[in-house]
Order: sequence, then structure tokens, then C-alpha cells
Amino acid sequence: MIRFKVNGTERTYDGDPQMPLLWYLRDIAGFTGTKFGCGMALCGACTVHQNGDAVRSCSVSMGEVDGTSITTIEGLSTKGLHPVQKAWMEIKVPQCGYCQTGQIMQAVALLNQNHNPSDQEIDAVMSGNLCRCGTYQRIRAAIHQAAKELA
Amino acid sequence: MNNIQNVSRRRFLKGSFVAGTFVLGARLVPEPLWAAASSAAPVVFQPDIFLGIASDGTVTIVAHRSEMGCGSRTALPLVVADELDADWSKVKIDQAIGDPRYGDQDTDGSHSVRSYFDQMRQIGATARVMLITAAAKQWGVSGKECTTEPGFVVHKASARKLSYGGLAAAAAKLPVPKKEDVLLKKRSEWRYIGKDNALFDLPDIVTGKATFGMDANMPGMVYASIEHPPVLGQTIKSYDDKEALKIPGVKQTLTISPFKPPHQFQPLGGVAVIADHTWAAFQGRKALKIDWDASPNAVYNSDQFRKTLESTARQPGKVVRNVGDVDAAFAKGGKIIEAEYYTPHLAHASMEPPVAVAEYRDGKVLAWAPTQNPQAVQETIAGVMGIKKEDVTCHVTLLGGGFGRKSKPDQVAEAAVLSKQLGKPVKVVWSREDDIKFDFFHSVAAMYLKAAIGPDGKPTAWLQRTVYPPIGSTFDVNAKYADDEMGLGWNNLPFDIPNHRAENGPADAHVRIGWFRSVANIYHAFAIHSFADELANAANKDSVQYLLELIGPPRRVPLEYKPEEQDEAKRYPLDTARLRRVVEIVAEKSGWGKRPSGKGHGFGIAAHRSFLTYVATVVEVEVDGDGQVQIPNVWTAVDAGTVVAPDNVRNQFEGAANFAASLALLSEITVTNGVVNQGNFGDYKLIRMDRAARHTHVYVVESDAPPAGVGEPGVPPFAPALYNAVYAATGKRIREMPLSKTKLV
Repeated sequence: MIRFKVNGTERTYDGDPQMPLLWYLRDIAGFTGTKFGCGMALCGACTVHQNGDAVRSCSVSMGEVDGTSITTIEGLSTKGLHPVQKAWMEIKVPQCGYCQTGQIMQAVALLNQNHNPSDQEIDAVMSGNLCRCGTYQRIRAAIHQAAKELA
Repeated sequence: MNNIQNVSRRRFLKGSFVAGTFVLGARLVPEPLWAAASSAAPVVFQPDIFLGIASDGTVTIVAHRSEMGCGSRTALPLVVADELDADWSKVKIDQAIGDPRYGDQDTDGSHSVRSYFDQMRQIGATARVMLITAAAKQWGVSGKECTTEPGFVVHKASARKLSYGGLAAAAAKLPVPKKEDVLLKKRSEWRYIGKDNALFDLPDIVTGKATFGMDANMPGMVYASIEHPPVLGQTIKSYDDKEALKIPGVKQTLTISPFKPPHQFQPLGGVAVIADHTWAAFQGRKALKIDWDASPNAVYNSDQFRKTLESTARQPGKVVRNVGDVDAAFAKGGKIIEAEYYTPHLAHASMEPPVAVAEYRDGKVLAWAPTQNPQAVQETIAGVMGIKKEDVTCHVTLLGGGFGRKSKPDQVAEAAVLSKQLGKPVKVVWSREDDIKFDFFHSVAAMYLKAAIGPDGKPTAWLQRTVYPPIGSTFDVNAKYADDEMGLGWNNLPFDIPNHRAENGPADAHVRIGWFRSVANIYHAFAIHSFADELANAANKDSVQYLLELIGPPRRVPLEYKPEEQDEAKRYPLDTARLRRVVEIVAEKSGWGKRPSGKGHGFGIAAHRSFLTYVATVVEVEVDGDGQVQIPNVWTAVDAGTVVAPDNVRNQFEGAANFAASLALLSEITVTNGVVNQGNFGDYKLIRMDRAARHTHVYVVESDAPPAGVGEPGVPPFAPALYNAVYAATGKRIREMPLSKTKLV
């Protein structure tokens, strides 16, 4: 039996330990804010936090989730009150919006570790997250803005 | 988990609209449209089915176009709300099902606002007049003494006001005023149009609550993943699913019949693995053993095909525009310049792969899908399953990107076909590999251009030929000429050249070809604006000055229009004054000419009108010692006529620069023996933040002209502007997309 937390709530799972966390979250637990984009950790749309670190949930198996604490976009703030979410709204980052929950989770993890990242530091961390609509300029601006609010 | 099912049309009418609700449209058109019934007589276009006001003041506006990131789901309701003088914070948007009574719902061609701006204004203004009349009656005053403020009718003289919600029931009993009796707001009175409003769905997007197609569910549904034939047109000879059925969670396998040519939007056919969840279905597919039959498309090799296209482009083709006499002008001599350009297939690769959920029951289909065209869903499923299209109900979710791919609903038909076989709802999920290998690809293209330059450096003659498998091949197996794509930047060269001929050569398709954001404008603009820069350099002139000389004096370019384009021709003449203006703006804003190019640093320009919008783009590049290109700045000036949401327009053009940076620098689909070689973001490369345009500066020209497109027009000028900058920086001329094919050092 695999025991873990999702957004603070204890959960158990006794299915195939090879199943990626992404599909557990989406198809079994119903946390659909975490998106499927590539299945190979190439696009970042499925980014969640595991013990506070950003991970690609498509490439983390349920076996690896055992004993850890997972945070999804639903656990960040359902009202959109996290400073990163607020910055995303103020800068009006999204176009289609599909990749943005993954972008936000990656940005939150970045800002947790680096309170005032430079452009280069943002690029280095955020280049794992694809946005086909091409909103990178606004993502970078929103991260700077959130950093200001967090400071 | 599933908020989509809570917005069924039936509940919308019976739930949201309580007693006393003023549904403007319900009295103009048969009420059942609000309830998704299909018995009413077809109405070609009835704008007033779009609006309802409840007695609590809630204004519900129907969005009949799909939202894939371009903002039309916000923009069109915003126009209604403005003319209605509604309180935008009390507006709810209800996404329309597919139904021809809404008019055209194919959200493509950058025309949502262009085609529906006037009608949406009229709807809002009509309702506003009726609410004013209702209030005036109650007060016993003339309607002319009344005004409105958001959500209220106001009688200033007596300092009284009544809410729209309170007036709704009375307004519903009034006759609908004639169009000529409805006064639209003056531009200066607009509250929302032209202001920086956020996307309606923004809060849901940043909290993960927004429902995309990938998030749509139906009770009792199963998941399906489909192994498609690797080569277009292959059929199943035999297959073995023994290992697949051993995978935990896999329930069974089913076959899907191959399409009947032409393929249109029909399913490709193949073997579906049905499972309890998406991952089991994916795993089951890996364990399938399938023996495929032969297909004539197995001869397709994109490398060899390139040679065929290029050789066709060197031969005379079908003339699609002729001005003066190019051959006579070439015979007179001058400096002759020739160049060939090539672009590969591209895949759309929207972040959300194709996905759909559908249920077949009692001869009817209910589907939820991220589709650009719910009416195409109806037609496709009806055709494939032999039912009436009125018996297909298609709800539209948000789209995780579309870019033209999601105008083709093959995956929705797959879900419907499987549901019929299984007797329960089915969710079909395409993997990224499915998405990239089985796309309706942006066409591969070859262009040949030739010009003669006179003593003043200006061309005396300009010949251009383009060759590619047309999108028409998706609908007609014999289609070889790109008749429908000529208007996309090929038969409308806006240059002042006395002798000009545009031609199109024939080509066969061996993969599915389809619309891709900006469509043929991408390769046409690439060839034309690279060639213009080549001529400028051959004439030893500044690229901006030369471009302005090519565009020539302010005038309306005489073009031939098809009968169905006459109205468009009248409202949107090709006006070189507007094209010149965007060029002049970006030249000024970029500081063109102030910093010399060379030594790995350069500026390039291109200006292209597409989807009736005038765009000029200057790209700045830095090329390092390894030949790696960085894009510090992009300046884009946009004249899209009247603009509803300027900040969204800026976002579209910032995004377009990066969408175009992907195809200009990195992306390429190749095919070997009919099989697509790429499959995921490792080999089908897209631009990431570290190489994306660092600062894109967008200048939206203030204009009273009718609205034009904004979703697509930012893409076409970018690649030629970038390549012209690379030439200025390095002296290397790029004649093939993507840039990664050319060694810069």
C-alpha cells in the first residue's frame, strides 16, 4: 500500500506502482488542473510539487510517491490568491491557458528557492516548460512581479 | 471534478433563466435552441439567440466561437455587453453547442471579431433600447429622457433608476425594435471595447479550474487510445492483442474502420485499446502487435519530394495573377536575380493533444470536445455513423491551443464510433506521439522567384512560383493546385512593379494536409520578403527604404476578387498607405539605421498583410561564435482596424513572434517511406524561454477601420524579418526553413 499526501490530505494507492503520478491525479483522484502534454518530461505541463520541489508528474511513478507530499495547482490556492497566481492575472499572461498551471507550479518552486531571480535564472528554470502560444515574455514579467510581492 | 456537465443547455434554460427572465432571442427564434433541441426550422443567421437577462440582473451571453487562446470567447460577449451597457462583472458566458442557427462557428481564419462585431453590437443595443422603453413606460416619461449606466436605466431629471434585472420581465413583453430604430453607441461612449479587459476565463485558468477537452468526463466512461496506421491509407491485415489484454486496467480492444477517400475529417482507422484509465490504454497500445496492409503513400519520402517540388517550381505553372508582361520585361535585360526557397511540413503541436469524450445512445451522439468547429463535429460524426447531423450534440470545452488542428474533429468521431460499439461513453486521448505523427500537416512548399532590376535599383519585372500539396487534397483526392490558398499572400503582392506574374504549380499529397496558424502566408511571406531583401542588397539600398519603394505610393491595389469576396473587397481594400504606415512605425521604434548591422548583430524587416491586417516586423538578432541565434528584440506594428481588446492583441503578437520563432529556427517534420519521423518534443523542437524573443514590442495602430484579424497575422512576417536580420549580421542568406538546416559558422 502506497501512502502519501495530496494537498495536505492523506491518501493511499494499491494499484500498479509503475503508474505515473499524472494519471493517478487526473484519472483517479480527479485533480484535472495538472495537465498532460507529452508524457516524457519534455514540456512541463504536468508540473506539481513533491515535498516542495517541482517535478514532472508524468515521469514520477506512484511507487516513488510513497511517503511524500504532493501539491497540485488545486492545493496552491483555490481562489487564485497565491502571489504567483495574482501576478499571472495582473500581467494577463495566459492565452489558451493549458500549460499555465504547470508554468505556475514551476514558478512557485523557483521563487521558493530563489526570492529574486535574474532573467537568466528564470530562463534556466522555466525553459523546461513549453508554451505553444508563446507567452514567455509575460511569464518572465509575472515572475519578477511575484518576486517583488513576496519580498 | 467535472464542472462541464453542470452547464447543459437544458439546465441553462430551465435553471439559469428563472421566471421573469428576458430572453431576447427566445421570442425571435424558436425557443428550443436554448435547450439544444433539434426540431426547429433551420435559421441561417439569427443574432438575437445570443443574449438573456435574468431578474437578478445576471446577463448571460452566448459565445458561439471557440476559445483556443485568441480571446474571441471574451471579445464578442464584451461587445454585446458594451452596447447593452451591462455590468461586465455580472455577465456570464455560456458556450454554444454546435448549431448552424448560430451562423458560422468554425473558429479559424482570424475572423471571429471581424465577422461578428456588427451583429454583436446590434444585439446589445437592441436589448438596451427595450430596457429603456420598459423603464420609460413605468416612469411615464419619454425614452429619450433616459440613459443607462452599467446594469441600470437612469432618468436623470428625476434622479431615478431601475435595474436591468427588475426591468427584464417588462422588456420581454415589448415588441423588438427595428434595426433602424436602434442607435448604436458612439465610439467615445464605449466602456469596454478598446480597453484592456482580461480574458473571461483568466481566474479559472490560473487556479486549474478551467475545463479543457482533456478535463471533460462523462459518468461511466472508459478511456481509449488508438494505434493508427503508420502510413496514411494503410489498413489492418491482422492484429494480436493477447499481451495488451494482460495489462492491468485494459478491458478490451476494438478496431475502427479506415476512412473512405477523400479522408476529410474521418478517423484514420486502427486498433483501439479500451481501459479504465488513460495510462492503461497507453500501455496496452505498446503491447499490440499489428500487421498493416500496404498503402500507395508508403512511397512518400519528404527528401525526394523536395526535389520534385523544386523542379516543378522551375517550370511554368498556372497563372494566378498577371500584371503587364513579365516575359517581355525580362527580355529587355537588366540585372536578373533568381532565388529558391523551401519550407518543410510542420505539426501544430498544441499543448493539449487531440481528445474528446462522446456517448452514442439511441441513435444519437452527445460529445464534449476541444473543437474549433462544433458543426464539423456534427457533420463528421453524422457522415461516419450514418445518422443525421441534428442528432449529434457537440459541446465545446476550452481548447488547449488549436492553431487549425482542432478544426478537424477526427478524434471526436473516433470516440463516437467506439461508444457505439461499447454501449457506454468513451474518452479518446491522443498521446503527443499520436498528435505529431498523425496531424493534418502544414504543407511542405517550394518557391521560385525571379526579378529584373533596372538602373534605379527597382524591379522592372517580378515572377513568383509556388508549389505545394494543397489543403484541398483533404477534401478531393485529385486536388493538385492550391486554388484556395492563393489569396493567402500570393495573388495579392502589394508592390508597385509594372510587370508581375504569380503562378502555382501542381503537387500531390501523401499525408493529411490542413490549416496551420497563418496557413500558406507563412511560406509565401518567407519567399516574398526574403526576396525583397535580396533585391535591396543587390541594389545596394537600405532594406526599409527599398521596401517602401517596392510598396510604392499610397493607393488601393487593384486585385481580382471572387464573387463571394466582393463585400470583403469593398470593406477591406488593400491599402498601401496602411502598409507603409506600419513599416514606418517599426522603423522608427526600432531605431532602424542608427546602429550598423554586421559582426554578428543585425536588424531585418518584413511587412505582410494577412487576414486583412497590416503588420510590419523588425527583428534584431545576435549570432554568437557557435552560430547560435538570439533574439533580443522584436518590434511589431499592427493595423487591425478597430480593436476590441488591445492588451489581448499585444499578447497575440508577442505569442506570434514565438510561434514563428519555433518554425523559423527549429521545427521540421520529415517523412520516410510514408512514416513521420518525429514524435515528441525531443525531435519536434519548439522554442523555449531561453531562445524565445526576449522583448517583443507591439504597437497597435489606432484606427476606425472595420476590425480585421489578430490571431494569425503576427506570424508570417516574422521568419523573413529574422532571416533578413541574420543576413545583415552574418552575410548568410537563409533560403530554407528552419534556420537549423543552415550552418552559420
